[in-house]
Amino acid sequence: MTNTWMDIKNANVILVMGGNAAEAHPVGFKWVVEAKAHNKAKLIVVDPRFNRTASVADVYAPIRAGTDIAFLNGVIRYLLEKDAIQHEYVKAYTNASFIVRDDFKFEDGLFSGYDEKTRTYDKSTWQYEINEMGYANVDETLQSPNCVLNLLKTHVDRYTVEVVSDITGTPKDVYLQICEMIASTATPTRTLTSLYALGWTQHSIGAQNIRTLAIIQLLLGNIGMPGGGVNALRGHSNIQGLTDLGLLSDQLPGYMNLAQDGEATRNAYLEKRTPKPLRPAQINYWYNYSKFHTSLLKAWYGKAATAENDFCFDWLPKVDQVYDGLRAFDRMDQGLMTGYVCQGFNPLASFPNKAKISSALSKLKFLVVMDPLTTETSEFWQNHGEFNEVKPEDIQTEVFRLPTTCFAEEEGSLVNSSRWLQWHWKGAEPPGECRTDIDIMSELFVKIRQLYQQEGGAFAEPILHLHWPYRVPEAPGPDEIAKEFNGYALADIPDPKEPGKLLAKKGQQLSSFAQLQDDGSTASGTWIFCGSWTEAGNQMARRDTSDPTGLGIAPNWAWAWPLNRRILYNRASCDPAGKPWDENRKLIEWDGSKWSGLDVPDFKADAAPESGIMPFIMTNEGVARLFALDKMAEGPFPEHYEPFETPLGTNPLHPNIISNPAARVFDGDKAMLGEHKEYPYVATTYRLTEHFHFWTKHSVINASLQPEQFVEIGETLAKELGIANGERVKVSSKRGHIISVAMVTKRIKALTVAGQTVHQVGIPIHWGFTGATKKGYIANTLTPFLGDANTQTPEFKAFLVKVEKV
Amino acid sequence: MQVNRRQFFKLSAASLGGSTLTALGFSPKEALAEVRTFKLTRTTETRNTCPYCSVACGIILYGLGDRAKNALSEIIHIEGDPDHPVSRGSLCPKGAGLLDFVHSKTRITFPEYRAPGSKAWTRVTWEWALDRIAKLMKADRDQQFITQNDKGQTVNRWTSVGFLAASASSNEAGYITHKVLRSFGLVTLDNQARV
Repeated sequence: MTNTWMDIKNANVILVMGGNAAEAHPVGFKWVVEAKAHNKAKLIVVDPRFNRTASVADVYAPIRAGTDIAFLNGVIRYLLEKDAIQHEYVKAYTNASFIVRDDFKFEDGLFSGYDEKTRTYDKSTWQYEINEMGYANVDETLQSPNCVLNLLKTHVDRYTVEVVSDITGTPKDVYLQICEMIASTATPTRTLTSLYALGWTQHSIGAQNIRTLAIIQLLLGNIGMPGGGVNALRGHSNIQGLTDLGLLSDQLPGYMNLAQDGEATRNAYLEKRTPKPLRPAQINYWYNYSKFHTSLLKAWYGKAATAENDFCFDWLPKVDQVYDGLRAFDRMDQGLMTGYVCQGFNPLASFPNKAKISSALSKLKFLVVMDPLTTETSEFWQNHGEFNEVKPEDIQTEVFRLPTTCFAEEEGSLVNSSRWLQWHWKGAEPPGECRTDIDIMSELFVKIRQLYQQEGGAFAEPILHLHWPYRVPEAPGPDEIAKEFNGYALADIPDPKEPGKLLAKKGQQLSSFAQLQDDGSTASGTWIFCGSWTEAGNQMARRDTSDPTGLGIAPNWAWAWPLNRRILYNRASCDPAGKPWDENRKLIEWDGSKWSGLDVPDFKADAAPESGIMPFIMTNEGVARLFALDKMAEGPFPEHYEPFETPLGTNPLHPNIISNPAARVFDGDKAMLGEHKEYPYVATTYRLTEHFHFWTKHSVINASLQPEQFVEIGETLAKELGIANGERVKVSSKRGHIISVAMVTKRIKALTVAGQTVHQVGIPIHWGFTGATKKGYIANTLTPFLGDANTQTPEFKAFLVKVEKV
Repeated sequence: MQVNRRQFFKLSAASLGGSTLTALGFSPKEALAEVRTFKLTRTTETRNTCPYCSVACGIILYGLGDRAKNALSEIIHIEGDPDHPVSRGSLCPKGAGLLDFVHSKTRITFPEYRAPGSKAWTRVTWEWALDRIAKLMKADRDQQFITQNDKGQTVNRWTSVGFLAASASSNEAGYITHKVLRSFGLVTLDNQARV
């Protein structure tokens, strides 16, 4: 979230699209109800199903799964056509006026630079025109046909109301009503907020869904504003934290990344990641990359990391490609993997195409499962009849199942969707022999280090010299680890502004990442968490509920990254002169000598408005990007591509380029994609109010509330197929089938798309063959094994099935 | 309760009668009718957050025992924390069932091992399990570690053992996991952000 849960109450219009907050995030959704009740906010819900969020909406629009970009590009067209944009904001704070190279093109569904063989783009034309000073050219009159705003206008021109309605199935009248409501927030004193979740990410064009909304919010001047923003409702309780900590194939903590093959020296690596400002006077915060990176290496390799040895740069692995989950299972299925460890993760249930996952796991030499619960993954080798038809004797994988503690039996911090790090305390001893993840990982490390000490082995240095200063090496304390990721001074850190003064004394906890150094005198394991455990103690454990602004900030409750800032980009909540756009939403302002207010300014505290520094300090041009340059895999502007399994068999906008041309599909999986003639219905997976993923089926009360698997089918389709409510049906895709009860509802209506009727089928995901519910089929038996071109998030939300009465 | 003077005398007489009878030993009915002690008064409260979704509602764990060294604690009740600025004491149907997750019958409570081709689990010790995993990992790492790619560039990576990281465990667990895995050169790493 750029903003926070409580901040939703400040919105005037709330768009829930690509999520179902009332059922998946019910308590967070209370803030939507609060906004409706006390701020007269209007709620718009766009979803294939009339879900419980829709049931309290002011306007609900049905949509064909996987067509959100068409819907939102049409909104952009509407805003530009009606001139419903926040002009001053767009001109000053976005790249609307920047000139793009004149060899940048978009034709027939492809941007310039496409290579069909590798399914990738040469992105060299997706750039600004750069002048002799090294800066991007701009046209402040916005007249140049090659300025971003005009290119955007041209790009979305095809998305007329008729075209949008034809692709999405959304009726024109309700669509126009929604466009009008969104447009009403273009004034500086009204905001739109957007709440989304997996309904936007789990598509082959997932990341672009979110970018399209970001473009809308920038045009409306809603980024940085209380009651605005682009708000991801994250799924798990600490998936925000795990992402911040960089537990991804090519990432490092704090959104840094591993070197690529060929980046031979740390200098070469750093130079690529230390961008030059593209406009005069910009802050370009990633300029500090080397300080964050050096401090990480000092936290990990301690005294072994010195300036002379490049701070052990070569001890970190380099990557030739991203080894994400989908690639891991594909390689596993090819027999290229030996072992796999699942820590609190149930991939047999939560990855696409269960048959492939099962086959892949069967080819491993060993599998380790660390979990508090009996997961399906840990028992993938067991025969559970129709729900898991395998022969244990044929599966040669050794499996270890290690019991872990649950939340109530451990202490530590989790990052919620608002980026708050909240500390929690241990309430009881775990049952039996359960251990914490920290203890298991640490003891395993100590054992492996011991083996390397005794026997030697491949590239042992990083293991032998890993900085491991903990009181009990096999069981580091959460406090010790938290202090390490915060960071501490390894020497006295002089204050560059006041000679003779110190920012921190040797050995002290640091209070801000602005104190980090690149000479090895500071250590910080996760620079964005710097400030969470300072000399003043554990900031994450703070419990002051006061909210002095009344805007829902609670600045002294827990701690938010970065630097306890609650609303990101909040400099943009003021006009260029430093005055709040809206006095009723005053977070910060320029007081004549500094930025002050009740949130931490997302800006240089003493940079006057006349300095020319722009609010988006993490970009090298200082402004937000309507045009994404080379940051996205499939193009700098969002374009509608059909899901890989499309009910139309074509793309009405460009029949030659049907689906995302840059999405990765492994060879073996192409043959596993179904055609609309055989599998005519659009299926989308979803979650229920009573269940959380595959966990709560182990909890008796939740299992009693929703005991049995079902699929949701609209009345028209049910009638066509002769299926009555409660009868059993078989739902099949090219990958497999599930059999369950049919729930026939009015909630999913047939849509008219491109002149034909399209039916959609809803598939709740929560069942499996372990736990306290009735056994059920794993829903991901049906889903295709491919993902978003940027993030590799699987396309769980739009695929094709057929339905038969059993 | 509003009590006037006459009622006060009545009540006093009744209670006097009651206590006199008690003194004489005729009190089995009164004893049975005593209000049951509120079960949470003798518990220890612990602040925590819901482990399910990212709203991260505040919760209070009510545990038996007073944290004395020899008193075994047990969570007997969980409810919303009214002080929490986001959830203000609320829990949804998922979070309201947390006690049953803690005490789920399908929790694992000791390490187990399934041998190749076997149809059943065997109970093992932590020592045995971690020793064997450490040896399996080291054997593969020593054999498969890639020091240089085919262009002769130093890459120092290990691709043949992979790891899926938990997304409901703490930052502290995540951080130490990351630190350990990268020291091995492990790159086949993912978390639950996508699914």
